[in-house]
Amino acid sequence: MATISDHIAAGTADDGVGQPLTAADGTPLKKKLAQANRRARLRATLLVAPLLLFVLITFVVPIGQMLVQSFYEPTFSQVLPRTTAALQSWDGRDLPDESVYAAFAEDLKDARANRTIGQVATRVNYAHAGSRSAFTSTARKAERFEAPFKEALIAADEDWGDRELWSAMKWASQGYTSEFYLAAVDRTRDVDGNIVMVEEYRQIYVKILLRTLYLAGLITGLCLLLGYPVAYLLASLPTRTSNLLMILVLLPFWTSLLVRTTAWIALLQSQGVVNDILVALRFIDDDSRLQMIYNQTGTIIAMTHILLPFAILPLFSVMKTIPPSYMRAARSLGATPWTAFWRVYVPQTVPGIAAGVLLVFILAVGYYITPALVGGQDGQLISNFIALHMQKTLNWSMAAALGGILLATILVLYWLFNKMVGIDRLKLG
Amino acid sequence: MKTVLKSALLATAFGVAAATAASAGELTVVSWGGAYTKSQVEAYQKPWMAKTGNTIRSEDYNGGIAEIKAQVEAGNVTWDIVDVELSDAVRACDEGLVIPIDPAILEPAPDGTPAVDDFIPGTLSECGVATIVWSTIYAYDADKIDGDTPATIEDFFDLEKFPGKRGMRKTPKANLEFALLADGVPAGDVYEILASPEGVERAFKKLDTIKDSVVWWEAGAQPPQLLADGEVVMTTAYNGRIFNAAAGENKPFEIVWDGQIWDIDLWVILEGAPNKEEALDFLKFSTSTQALADQATWISYGPARKSSAPLVGMYQDGKTDMGPQMPTAPENMKNAVQNNFEFWADHQDELNERFNAWLAG
Amino acid sequence: MSLPSYAGPLERTWYYAFRIICAAILIFLITPILIVIPLSFNAEPYFTFTPGMLQFEPEAYSLRWYEDILRNGMADPDAPKGWAWFTDLWQNAQWIRAMRNSFFIGISATIIATVLGTLAALGLSRREMPYRALITSLLISPMIVPVIITATGMFFFYASVGLASTYIGVILAHAALGIPFVIITVTATLTGFDQSLIRAANSLGADQTTTFFKVIMPLILPGMISGALFAFVTSFDEVVVVLFLADIEQRTIPRQMWSGIREQISPTILAVATILVLISIGLLTTVELLRRRSERLRGMSPG
Repeated sequence: MATISDHIAAGTADDGVGQPLTAADGTPLKKKLAQANRRARLRATLLVAPLLLFVLITFVVPIGQMLVQSFYEPTFSQVLPRTTAALQSWDGRDLPDESVYAAFAEDLKDARANRTIGQVATRVNYAHAGSRSAFTSTARKAERFEAPFKEALIAADEDWGDRELWSAMKWASQGYTSEFYLAAVDRTRDVDGNIVMVEEYRQIYVKILLRTLYLAGLITGLCLLLGYPVAYLLASLPTRTSNLLMILVLLPFWTSLLVRTTAWIALLQSQGVVNDILVALRFIDDDSRLQMIYNQTGTIIAMTHILLPFAILPLFSVMKTIPPSYMRAARSLGATPWTAFWRVYVPQTVPGIAAGVLLVFILAVGYYITPALVGGQDGQLISNFIALHMQKTLNWSMAAALGGILLATILVLYWLFNKMVGIDRLKLG
Repeated sequence: MKTVLKSALLATAFGVAAATAASAGELTVVSWGGAYTKSQVEAYQKPWMAKTGNTIRSEDYNGGIAEIKAQVEAGNVTWDIVDVELSDAVRACDEGLVIPIDPAILEPAPDGTPAVDDFIPGTLSECGVATIVWSTIYAYDADKIDGDTPATIEDFFDLEKFPGKRGMRKTPKANLEFALLADGVPAGDVYEILASPEGVERAFKKLDTIKDSVVWWEAGAQPPQLLADGEVVMTTAYNGRIFNAAAGENKPFEIVWDGQIWDIDLWVILEGAPNKEEALDFLKFSTSTQALADQATWISYGPARKSSAPLVGMYQDGKTDMGPQMPTAPENMKNAVQNNFEFWADHQDELNERFNAWLAG
Repeated sequence: MSLPSYAGPLERTWYYAFRIICAAILIFLITPILIVIPLSFNAEPYFTFTPGMLQFEPEAYSLRWYEDILRNGMADPDAPKGWAWFTDLWQNAQWIRAMRNSFFIGISATIIATVLGTLAALGLSRREMPYRALITSLLISPMIVPVIITATGMFFFYASVGLASTYIGVILAHAALGIPFVIITVTATLTGFDQSLIRAANSLGADQTTTFFKVIMPLILPGMISGALFAFVTSFDEVVVVLFLADIEQRTIPRQMWSGIREQISPTILAVATILVLISIGLLTTVELLRRRSERLRGMSPG
């Protein structure tokens, strides 16, 4: 039977210079190798494809659609098409001319008949508060308008003589708008199109974003502070003991988030367990119980408790791989316990610290449930405002814009995490 | 693996069975939960089910038209008839989310007066029919306050005379009006003042004086809970919930009617509701004179029809006369403000934003 | 690390102080979980220990909240316990419905996540997989993206295709959220996988499917089950997506607890919480036993 060496020999036989190697059926080995590689890649891709498709459809596309909604709001141009067209030619100075008013009056009649006037009224009301009733009440009278429309409309409601309103309408008529992203950072366009800050008393989103980052940072710091000693203890104890103690870390991790939050409500409320103990031990009076919940303190305590296992587990898995001989060697070279710890042990745990810190921070920034239940009024994070716009004000584009900003923040942090630690090295204990 | 598959199949079978059992021709009635839904179940739902043989699925929600909007816009409507506040009814109607209702289909009064004339003015809307008049008031626990008891709206904002925490609904609605009333604005001028930027400033400034002592509630069932737990000394609340805690659970709560903000609740039927005919029939039944009067036996909200008022009798325990407990009783209306829905439909987005900013700040 | 014999007095003090600090932190971690259990037996509707409970008087304890789990929502809870009562319980009791939904949705989502995730992990662990890092990141992203954004996006999209307020919508959403866990655990198991076993199987004449079921799967089974458990717990515990996507029919346990906490804090929630804690302990034990089994299989023993 011919062996590989025979084939090789055959291939190099003629002139000593290498002819391309061939496989058993005569095709060049290189080509065969390429074919085999292609097939292997195809097989691997086919294995991954169903999941990729699934995640794309159920996860990526929805988020993409939401992001689109944050800058594309076509209600105005759909409900009032003639007005949209007419407003193109308006230069923004003084009031629009008669043709715009005429187009608007026509559109109002249609909108009234189709009962779509409310949608447009709500849309413009986001940009120019108080204009809603102008739309709805004027639409009721739309049948009776006659040329000259400008006077008729302004007589019906004086808001139609307000340049600011028409300016807001012009902005709204453009399907693609940056209005919501601007609002998400407390800015708006004034009547001339410049970007300015909104009124003082409405400035809230930048503050919320900063507060979210600040609280997430604080909680991350606390988790690191509390988690490091515990991880160190677990890593240095013999495995049997540490496995037992690990249950104390894993049980909270596996327990439902709502259960843990409920437990904190029971513990921290004014008539709750902690206050009762403090009163029984006479640290505080019965009348001046500590307010530890439904405020920022509650958010901090509850979220630290919930995220602590996420800090402990990566730290533990890194610390487990550090041989104790390093510390002993340092001591034998004359280092004090503190120096040995700080300059020999800690640097080796840096990957674990990085993993834990970034993981906790990313999770904390996006938290919704816990601040909603125990945060009161000053413990609200940005996710709570997204939910607010989804459910209460129904300004879905605004919710999408805030979500877009949050997503961008997270992606930046995630990219950092990947760079520093590598997502494929994430271990879950 | 095999056991996992088997249990999965069993679970699926149960789940499918459960899912199909629930939705066969049932009318979905959505309301605010707690004692209020119970009153509707006793006065409207049970009698209607007995009369027509249909079944009702009762759901709770916390107000607002978010779910309604989501369902109608997605074309996937599961709710048939919903109990909403007037400003929500108007907004939903304007946006085409609920169907117009012709008052001619409603039951006339026992003496023959057509429904249009029998309902209190302002309670029949283009898309909604009112059931009750309710009120936002404030209440306190009589056992916890010695000496002078609170009697006016100013007392709610007076932290010196009555120290302790306050409960308030987490919305600018009613709170801004309370603030202006406590600041000395006459009841008739409240909305005029509130329509101006200086008026809003003034209201928020007044709220600032008690901001640090406020516990914010969102669901109607919370204020009685807060009073019972001792979390607050006084709280704004819906009058019916306080009455139920006082009369039904014997809690020593007292209502202060001064400065009450009264409003109405209406039934609306969603556009594209799966059981529209049954919903209309239920609407007719529950807004008849007797049904409205019956509801007052269970909760202290006033019926929206004039002909129902004389039929209002005792509370279900047979001991308390419901007449004086109604928001519309003459002695309670001395310093009352009717909620101005036009104002709130226009300004609620802007004021909500400002309120949230004020809360978070 | 035990106290070295050459430690000075400062180091000794620190040694014990350190252990006390760690004990305090561990107590901080575990107390909220355990405190729920005794509170759920409170005879009064309060969230705290009554004086009677602290003195261990039997009248201060009761099972009424556990009964409330069964009765809440039933049309006629006081009827005699016959077939009609059970049907009433099964169909109408809110918590029972929530439990049914949680298990149904959880198991379905877990099955989808495990099947698709394992296949993908197999593909991703091969060297030849193109764009591996990018695709892995994409598939892990549901774990990283804040759940409020996922829920918001899914709400818009699923509503537009008519999947909102349906079981399928929630199941698909939960499967998407559980997949990263399956991928992470199965990939981790596959890194230690000996590829020569596959070649040996092939050389013995096995085709791809037989190789998978008889050689690969038994060895990655701990990883699969571990991932499946994580995915199940994620779905079981998930509330934000359910808040947006589900109707009252599809309410799961956390969703029911959420309404309970927002509207009326009654100790029934504590009773449910106790049951969930006991389930968590059960799951934890299962994972620990599996881990020990895999260590035995691989010939490693705990230190």
